[in-house]
Amino acid sequence: MLEAVLVGFIFAILLVFVGRWFRGPIAVVSALIPIGLFVYFLWHIGGISAGDVIYESYRWIPSFGVNLSFKLDGLSLLFSLMITGVGSLVFLYTAAYLKGHKYLDRFYGYLSLFMAAMLGLVLSDNLISMFVFWELTSISSFFLIGFNNDSKASRQSALVALGITGLGGLLLLGGALLLGFISGTYEISEMLTQSDVITQHPYYALAAILMFGAAFTKSAQFPFHFWLPGAMKAPTPVSTYLHSATMVKAGVYLLFRFSPVLGQTELWHTTLISIGAITMLYSAIHIIFRTDLKGILAYSTISALGILVFLIGIGTEAALIAASVFIVVHALYKASLFLITGIIDHETGTRDITKLTGLRKVLLPVAIAGFIAALISGGVPPSIGFVGKDLIYEATLHSNNAVLLTVLAIATNALLFYGGFVAGVKPFMGQLPKKFEKIHLPSPLMWLPPLIMVTAGIIFGIAPGLVETTFAQPIVNVMFTSAEDVHLKLWHGFNLVLGLSALTLAVGTILYFLLKPTHQKETFISQFNFIAPKDLTLKLSDGFEWFGHIWTGYFQNGYLRHYLSIVVGFIILLLGYLLLFDFDLDIDYASLARITVYEIAIVLMMVIAIIFTVFTKSRLAAVAAMGVVGFAFSLFFLFYSAPDLAMTQFSVDTLTVILFVLVLYKLPTYLKLTNDKIRIKHGILSLSLGGLITILILKVLNEPKNTEITDFYAENAYKLAHGKNIVNVILVDFRGIDTMIEISVLVVAALGVFGLLKLRLKTKDKK
Amino acid sequence: MKTIILKTASNYLLPVLLLFSVFILLRGHYLPGGGFVGGLVAAIAFVLDAFANGLQNTKQVLKIHPGFFMPVGLAIAFLSAISPILFADLPLMTGLWAHEPVPVLGKIGSALFFDTGVYLVVIGAALTIIFTISESA
Repeated sequence: MLEAVLVGFIFAILLVFVGRWFRGPIAVVSALIPIGLFVYFLWHIGGISAGDVIYESYRWIPSFGVNLSFKLDGLSLLFSLMITGVGSLVFLYTAAYLKGHKYLDRFYGYLSLFMAAMLGLVLSDNLISMFVFWELTSISSFFLIGFNNDSKASRQSALVALGITGLGGLLLLGGALLLGFISGTYEISEMLTQSDVITQHPYYALAAILMFGAAFTKSAQFPFHFWLPGAMKAPTPVSTYLHSATMVKAGVYLLFRFSPVLGQTELWHTTLISIGAITMLYSAIHIIFRTDLKGILAYSTISALGILVFLIGIGTEAALIAASVFIVVHALYKASLFLITGIIDHETGTRDITKLTGLRKVLLPVAIAGFIAALISGGVPPSIGFVGKDLIYEATLHSNNAVLLTVLAIATNALLFYGGFVAGVKPFMGQLPKKFEKIHLPSPLMWLPPLIMVTAGIIFGIAPGLVETTFAQPIVNVMFTSAEDVHLKLWHGFNLVLGLSALTLAVGTILYFLLKPTHQKETFISQFNFIAPKDLTLKLSDGFEWFGHIWTGYFQNGYLRHYLSIVVGFIILLLGYLLLFDFDLDIDYASLARITVYEIAIVLMMVIAIIFTVFTKSRLAAVAAMGVVGFAFSLFFLFYSAPDLAMTQFSVDTLTVILFVLVLYKLPTYLKLTNDKIRIKHGILSLSLGGLITILILKVLNEPKNTEITDFYAENAYKLAHGKNIVNVILVDFRGIDTMIEISVLVVAALGVFGLLKLRLKTKDKK
Repeated sequence: MKTIILKTASNYLLPVLLLFSVFILLRGHYLPGGGFVGGLVAAIAFVLDAFANGLQNTKQVLKIHPGFFMPVGLAIAFLSAISPILFADLPLMTGLWAHEPVPVLGKIGSALFFDTGVYLVVIGAALTIIFTISESA
């Protein structure tokens, strides 16, 4: 399975090098990758539906419990098939849709990166590796939404989407670490056995809320839904693939995967049912006010995701069957509708539903696909949509709050029926305007994919057994240890569910004929934007930016002395606070070494040098005096038998003085730039820091000494590292990695100085 | 600062100081010294030369930009750090030592190469910073 995940990454990396030969018609060949993977996963159906679970594990960072483990069971198989199946069609479609685009290779690179990450996400059995793949999907989605990078709106939408899904990623990491802490493992299959421990744990609520946050942001649940309509700025194949069929379902997948671990609690049911219900109804109502085809589809996608969360929240076996079937239903019809919208947009140049009519006369196969997609979406028999809708009512009717939940589901489904027909049927009905008469049917690469998907929707509807054995039953087996047999049927006989279904169709049809999408409606709803989550969030981010501006303006004002004062002041505050509560100066003077005459002489020299530095009128003299202080220090190191330190201090001081001289040499001789007030302030700061550090060091002497580490080094320096100079052995052997990092930092600093100064020279040259 | 005495002296001092810096580098494992100090001493040698004979002259003596010492040094240090993984299947940074002492240098091990890397990085970084600043000041 590792190969299946890796192949997309390898292809994406390969495109970096050979991409330029991949922009022509040959690009269509890339579809072989998802098609091949699709066949690979199809081939596993037999085994999985017979109850097999395929498990593979590769060590990654075993000491942290992080492994690349993959598990193919009913749930991950469904998602894998969806990812590769829809992926195949989207790859083919893109070849025609973006034909001749100058960045076609880049587009395919992002797409296959996404596909690989998404496969990794659904196949991972380790929460940490799942998190990595989860973030990779967010990042590839960011690149794909901002693919038209010369449009400001695209870039902004990409940022908003990355912001929201990135926040979700952080929450997922938090949840993963917490669950790992509670259960002692990151392997999801091992967490499954500890469901009781986890749900009883005091941190359960926090872990569950973190996971909810991750799922809700990724799957565009209220109030995080607003990134998804913005993400429609992406080219249509992206909207089809990422933002309706696969990536946005990652949150649903997460909830599905964790419902045996975290589910069956009050918190789980209440949160998921209420958020799911709010989302599905809120965005279903929004469909009425949209005129952009992709806007309609975006809101109906959010609504469908809401239904899925809602069903997982109900959590009964019936509800989970309904959810797994509805995932298939939604992927089939929504991806088709998006592809159809893409064709319409590509041929007519507009997605405004009020302007599109009569297109069946020029785009007949597309119109057929649109009509069938609308049937599936509306749940009209004999499509799989009908089965899916029945299952939803079955689930709500047997829940605790049957009446309310059923009414909510009916309202949502009726609005979704309306949305599906507006997107799939309306553009093709009525009179064909003159300007559209010259439209030709595009390449079959574009209209065959939606047709294939809707045909599958009908076949599944007529033979629901296919869905039952391949997906529904294996998924239920994953979710429940003692699962009952699943039986999906198109015809249940006359009962309440059938009546509700008929009611939905009737209400939906009435809505379709009564409500016409108009621009007035869109303007009407946009009045309320100021209380919408999107505007509130953007305002919050603006406010944050403003605050950051003020904050940075104060603390980072570019004056070195200001930075120094702040750093020193902060240290004084911290140390002063500490010493204020723990102030005793009973120092054991007897334990200190005796003070010798030459030490007094050197200290005197240092004091004189310092006083000279402060009061001299010449910059260079001040620097030289500072140098004297440094050299005097290195003498002290020598006295206390640290020749290494003395040597280093001596060399460093030499270079520092040289540096200062170089910088200050060309400046005018001392001017009195600061007034006395500031000088006094700086003097107080310096003196208090010096005083506090002195007290601190004297106090350190009182602490009991721990010589364990010293002894270890002294004992082992020669034995293990063949060196007699312990300091050097520590530097190059025992703590060699530290040195490695330190010299890297040194290089970065040198490059920084070089870059900054050379850059400044160049701009000066231009002037 | 181009006095004739300093100029004449520095012509002799540069090779002596460089030799001294290598000496400090090599003795580091047994006696006070090491790559960091050695590198600083070498950098000071070049800076002294630059003071006496002018920056252009020192650059000509160096032939290459001092910045190039940094990647070379980093590479040597990194290679010596991973050499136990590559050659002996031991963890990162394990010291590898030759059995027989080499004449003049004494015992040779991967730690010495690591220290040489440090030495080069320090020379490169110090000289890059000082040269850049003195050019732009």
